[in-house]
Amino acid sequence: MFQNLIDFLLNDFFITGDPLILGAQVSIGLSMVAVVFALTYFKKWRWLWTEWLTTVDHKRIGIMYIIASILMLFRGGVDALLMRVQLAVPQVEFLHADHYNAIFTTHGVIMILFMAMPLMFGLFNIVVPLQIGARDVAYPFLNSLSFWMFFFGAMLFNVSFVIGGSPDAGWLAYPPLSELSGSPGLGQDFYIWGIQISGIGSLATGINFVVTILKMRAPGMKLMKMPMFVWSVLSSCITIMFAFPILTVTLFLLFIDRYFGAHFFTLDGGGNPMMYINLIWMWGHPEVYIVILPAFGIFSEIVSAFSKKKLFGYKSMVFALMSISFFSFFTWAHHFFTMGSGANVNAFFAVTTMLIAIPTGVKVFNWLFTMFRGKLTFPTPMLWTIAFIPCFVVGGMTGVMLSVAPADFQFHNSYFLIAHFHQVLIGGVVFGYFAGLYYWWPKMFGFKLHEGLGKWAFWLWNIGFYVCFMPQYALGLMGMTRRFNEYNFDMGWQPLNVVSTVGAFIMGLAFLFQVWQIAHSIKFYKKEPTGDSWDGRTLEWSIPSPAPLYNFARVPVVDSEDAWWEEKQRLANGGKPKPLAPLEPIHMPKNSAIPFLISVSFFVMGFGFVWDWKWMIIPGAIGVAICMLARSFSYDTDYYIPVDEIERTEAALGGTK
Amino acid sequence: MENHNSHSPSHDSHGSMKSYVIGFVLSIILTIIPIAIVMNDMLSKQLTIIVILIMAGLQFVVQLFFFMHLKDEAKPRYNTMALVFGLIILLTVVAGSIWIMSYNVVG
Repeated sequence: MFQNLIDFLLNDFFITGDPLILGAQVSIGLSMVAVVFALTYFKKWRWLWTEWLTTVDHKRIGIMYIIASILMLFRGGVDALLMRVQLAVPQVEFLHADHYNAIFTTHGVIMILFMAMPLMFGLFNIVVPLQIGARDVAYPFLNSLSFWMFFFGAMLFNVSFVIGGSPDAGWLAYPPLSELSGSPGLGQDFYIWGIQISGIGSLATGINFVVTILKMRAPGMKLMKMPMFVWSVLSSCITIMFAFPILTVTLFLLFIDRYFGAHFFTLDGGGNPMMYINLIWMWGHPEVYIVILPAFGIFSEIVSAFSKKKLFGYKSMVFALMSISFFSFFTWAHHFFTMGSGANVNAFFAVTTMLIAIPTGVKVFNWLFTMFRGKLTFPTPMLWTIAFIPCFVVGGMTGVMLSVAPADFQFHNSYFLIAHFHQVLIGGVVFGYFAGLYYWWPKMFGFKLHEGLGKWAFWLWNIGFYVCFMPQYALGLMGMTRRFNEYNFDMGWQPLNVVSTVGAFIMGLAFLFQVWQIAHSIKFYKKEPTGDSWDGRTLEWSIPSPAPLYNFARVPVVDSEDAWWEEKQRLANGGKPKPLAPLEPIHMPKNSAIPFLISVSFFVMGFGFVWDWKWMIIPGAIGVAICMLARSFSYDTDYYIPVDEIERTEAALGGTK
Repeated sequence: MENHNSHSPSHDSHGSMKSYVIGFVLSIILTIIPIAIVMNDMLSKQLTIIVILIMAGLQFVVQLFFFMHLKDEAKPRYNTMALVFGLIILLTVVAGSIWIMSYNVVG
């Protein structure tokens, strides 16, 4: 009995026999011990539970999203470096083929779903309520639930590389390879359950922010007076609401195939694997716009703030955002021009793809005209924005090249494609979120990040990016296709691959500089004297940094697009300060443990499904049901902050009486 | 949180007992009809599919009016807008898939 258990643990449960994975297991084990020890030693368990794990405060949830996404960036980045090492030299086996398959799969899934999405949600959480003058999001409980569902979904996906085996059928898991016949192992089940659980969280966040933006704006803030970032969040969240259900259904069908032996996407029994490809891209294409639209919003805010000018072409910007989120649903087939859907289908989707480049072009001109004759300054957020524009334009252009269906037969699945989507995703999404992170960092924590180290990180990232990905365009045209781990000496690909690998390591170094930058800035903590670190234009800069629990002691009244800037101008021109309304008790949501517990239950249930252990599925499902019941019957979910407490907090923050 | 107030009397109608019961009964009937047809092999395959689709469409309408309170919505009618957009996406998904997959039939 005992011997059986040991055998099971060593042969099936834990992945053994690979020194890299053993190293990872040991370091994961050690860091878990260290965290538990530190929490116990400093007596921080209660603090962790009451201040963070059960919080419904949008600012704290945002910070947790960002921490999780940076951890995931590290993991996805290590995957990328391993792949680049393998590809630098022909005909070596640094990673054997199976391991290489697992690594490119997890790299893709983690970077999109567990790095870009949570970083984006983190910025939504921190910024949107502050920019629209709200005390929290529309559904604070749901917001906490979204975070924990994402977190435990991501954890379920991530444990697969030390327990049970990683998925290795590509980041979108095309059948028939991802079916039981092609992937009999557990990796694909981890993939399905990890993404399904975190997908519930993403969908809920989408709904939450649409309602927040439509219903909770400060008085006077008409839709056409919202900051541009809020517009971009609205367009992104609308896209989430309509795209994510498609992903859920598609993966659920794949689950039914694998678990119950159905034949939706199998090659026999009436199934059709191509239907999966068709369905998954109906989510997959909108998904790339979901992550890029908020980045456009961030750039709009930053360009306007550091040019000291109103954003050029506000209405055209809104129109561009909303039309992109609409048209993103009509281009999906350009991901499989080569599947053989005939000339008419390909022509239609080629045209829609070219059309969607137009609103994006409009935006680029708007940013350029905003800078035109502005009083420009170049702190780190602005640097990332400046670097983004040429990078994204080139990435967009290669995208238009790919959209030409006949030419795509040449580019398809080559390194040309790899270089293209990394250029728009790193040059657009990552640069955008970094810009946002640097820009709103003082609002989150009350201190700025060290500029000098930030500039080092910025230049290393940029140089590394071009050194890494420009050669890949050429490699693609030379015939190198994606997803293989070995090539022959006589292909002539090695020199460019070596250059590319060097570039990847420069980006890795840049990441270390960012970690150093954060550590350095914490060590030499210098509190921001005011809440308005950048002489900003929108409402979040009108309150102290970090914002108090209730954000705004008095709900602001807005009458223009750059409300805070206009107010500052009015005061500078000798205008009288507006009379302050008396303080009123503030209605706030209470913390709740249910989101955390329900997500743990989902994790248990998902883990049970992966191994097909009924003794784990059933308790997990019961846990979910109990949590839902408990929530249905809990009426004590809110409270009021009394006026004298608000006065004390405001006085301590140096705010106005 | 300010606008999300569970204490003040809500201006949204939440329906009456009667409308919920009617909706419930209607959706059960609309569910039983296709089950009965399929279980007893009452119609040809083609006709069965058509009946199921019609029942599903009606079910959708019943849900929207009796449980989602679509017609009681206050202005601006965000739910109606979302529904219209959703229907456009739905149409795209279904028609687009049929169009694309008509070229990709497996043997």
